[in-house]
Amino acid sequence: MLKSELAGASTAERLSVPRSLVPGRRRGVWGDRLYQAAVRAAVLVFVVVVLGIAALLVYAARPALAAFGWRFLVTADWDPVAEHFGALPFVYGTLASALLGMLIAVPLGVGTAIYLAELAPFWIRPPVAFLVELLAAIPSVVYGLWGIFVLAPLLRSWVQPGLARGLGFLPLFQGTPYGVGMLAAGIILAIMVVPFIVAVSREVLLAVPTQQREAALALGATRWETTRLAVLRYARSGLLGAILLGLGRALGETMAVTMVIGNRPEIALSLFAPGYTMASVIANEFTEATSDLYLAALIEIGLLLFVVTVAVNALARLLVWSVGGAVKEVRE
Amino acid sequence: MRKLAIVLVGLAALALVVGSPLPEPPRAAAELLINGAGATFPYPIYSKWFDEYAKVQPTLRFNYQSIGSGGGIRQITERTVDFGATDGPMTDEQLAKAPGELFHIPTVLGAVVATYNLPGNPSLRLTPDILADIFLGKIEKWNASRIQAANPGVALPGDPIIVVHRSDGSGTTYIFADYLAKVSHEWEQKVGRGTSVKWPVGLGGKGNEGVAGQIKSTPGALGYVELAYAIKNQLPVGAIRNQAGQFIVPTIESTTAAAAGAARNMPADFRVSLTNASGEKAYPIASFTWLLVYKEQTDEAKGKAVVNFLYWAATDGQKYAADLLYAPLPPQIAKQVEAKVGQLSFHGKPLLVAR
Repeated sequence: MLKSELAGASTAERLSVPRSLVPGRRRGVWGDRLYQAAVRAAVLVFVVVVLGIAALLVYAARPALAAFGWRFLVTADWDPVAEHFGALPFVYGTLASALLGMLIAVPLGVGTAIYLAELAPFWIRPPVAFLVELLAAIPSVVYGLWGIFVLAPLLRSWVQPGLARGLGFLPLFQGTPYGVGMLAAGIILAIMVVPFIVAVSREVLLAVPTQQREAALALGATRWETTRLAVLRYARSGLLGAILLGLGRALGETMAVTMVIGNRPEIALSLFAPGYTMASVIANEFTEATSDLYLAALIEIGLLLFVVTVAVNALARLLVWSVGGAVKEVRE
Repeated sequence: MRKLAIVLVGLAALALVVGSPLPEPPRAAAELLINGAGATFPYPIYSKWFDEYAKVQPTLRFNYQSIGSGGGIRQITERTVDFGATDGPMTDEQLAKAPGELFHIPTVLGAVVATYNLPGNPSLRLTPDILADIFLGKIEKWNASRIQAANPGVALPGDPIIVVHRSDGSGTTYIFADYLAKVSHEWEQKVGRGTSVKWPVGLGGKGNEGVAGQIKSTPGALGYVELAYAIKNQLPVGAIRNQAGQFIVPTIESTTAAAAGAARNMPADFRVSLTNASGEKAYPIASFTWLLVYKEQTDEAKGKAVVNFLYWAATDGQKYAADLLYAPLPPQIAKQVEAKVGQLSFHGKPLLVAR
């Protein structure tokens, strides 16, 4: 390629072409090949790792796959003593807690990002952005402890009784207020994923060309109309990307959720009820799983978490693609 | 291009510096490394023992990975470690899978206590049937007539009992479930014993600190934690009625007493549950924790080191237990353990040096 393009350029020396691109100096060609090989190898590493993980999980889960088959996915019984294993409550708990977390985190995160990128006075932007991003640096075990000692008592004594009084006719807000449970897990997850959503969304919004805003303002749009029509529309696929990043984190988060979700493998409609997630049951029971079938069942949960994560991500990508099809991908 | 070359040369130099072997610290001649893995519960006392034993045998070093009893059993079965450690005895099925005869060597005792959060935290007395029925979900309120009958004069609130149990697989859970299975037929039928069980009621907390944290922050909560954890954090604990009909407060002494009661009928392989032990002063929810070693050792030097360490642990080592809130073996059991350690061999020859 390079060679044929430059073949005719015998006047290259006079036209101040970089010396490495002059034909005959083959070092550049070698560098190109090396570069291509290195980049390909880097990509290959990840493909191999992902496929390797999947293969290993399937291999190690064989006893459970053979013993339970499809029943593993649809039964809700988890009894290590009798060795009856069903993953449904864990799949439900993972999806429900992540969904609840995202329902809280998305408006909060995107709203904060809009404020920081569009509305806030300039001097206030760096400190607020710094504070929000600081949330990402807090270890999840600290979130968990905070959940047990601050959030759960607060929910039990104030928030849950209040919700039960006001919205108790909905099955979502019925039952004993324990404090710990699905609601606590959702709130903790929301706090944990907000910094990711804010950080990425803010970059995406800042990358929207200023002319977009100026054009909208020049047409007489208000601040809100400018943001909605000129900025958010332009940035929507990037914003969805930010939300996806948060979702991935919410699905896999283990420690903090384990500490506040109540760890009860049951499917309950109420947000006050305790639940259980796939990541939590693995973290909880893996170390003391002594029988082969028990261990295999836990590994199958790991495989399921892998599949669910891939499926949710694929679904979300599809969504991004269908929404952002007409709009060009935002580049930094 | 020149910049790239500079970076490459720099990287190469860095690789050389990082890759070059560091100067070795001076070592004692013929240092021996013994690898072990398993239970987390006895880890503090084991690491104390490794430190203290290093003063007796300076050429010996221990590497103990506290990965949990399940991992300990798997690793010793695969012979990837020199000894394993477990809080629950191996089953016959698991022993059959091991490539050689495995010995269970009791090292110290632990106990599990019932702790709670009630106004004023009164000292409670609990009978086995009350405890079982609370954890089965059959007693739901604190002022139930049976609890009140066992605690005359204590003002009990009408609040629901919020049961808190361990969510992580744990030897603590095994001991507690094993006790309930012994005192309640219904528990044995419905739930059974294991490091994780299917709890009829309650919330799960991760680790002793997770359970204690949830109990502390939830009025009306009741759960179970290790004795050592309860003593360290001065949690209110329930006195449990033992087989002899006495209400026994969990302490290090009453835990050791549980093993003393079992000494007469001790099976030769020490795979015995000490819960609901006989004896006037025995606290009923106690258990051994064990080290797992092969009877026939495959490496003479390592075998000798392990055997001598085990002997030391059963004798001189016991005095460190109480400080770390583990209950030491009663003297009768320690004697039995010494005899057992004497049976460990290499090519059929006993490894223990006569003392």
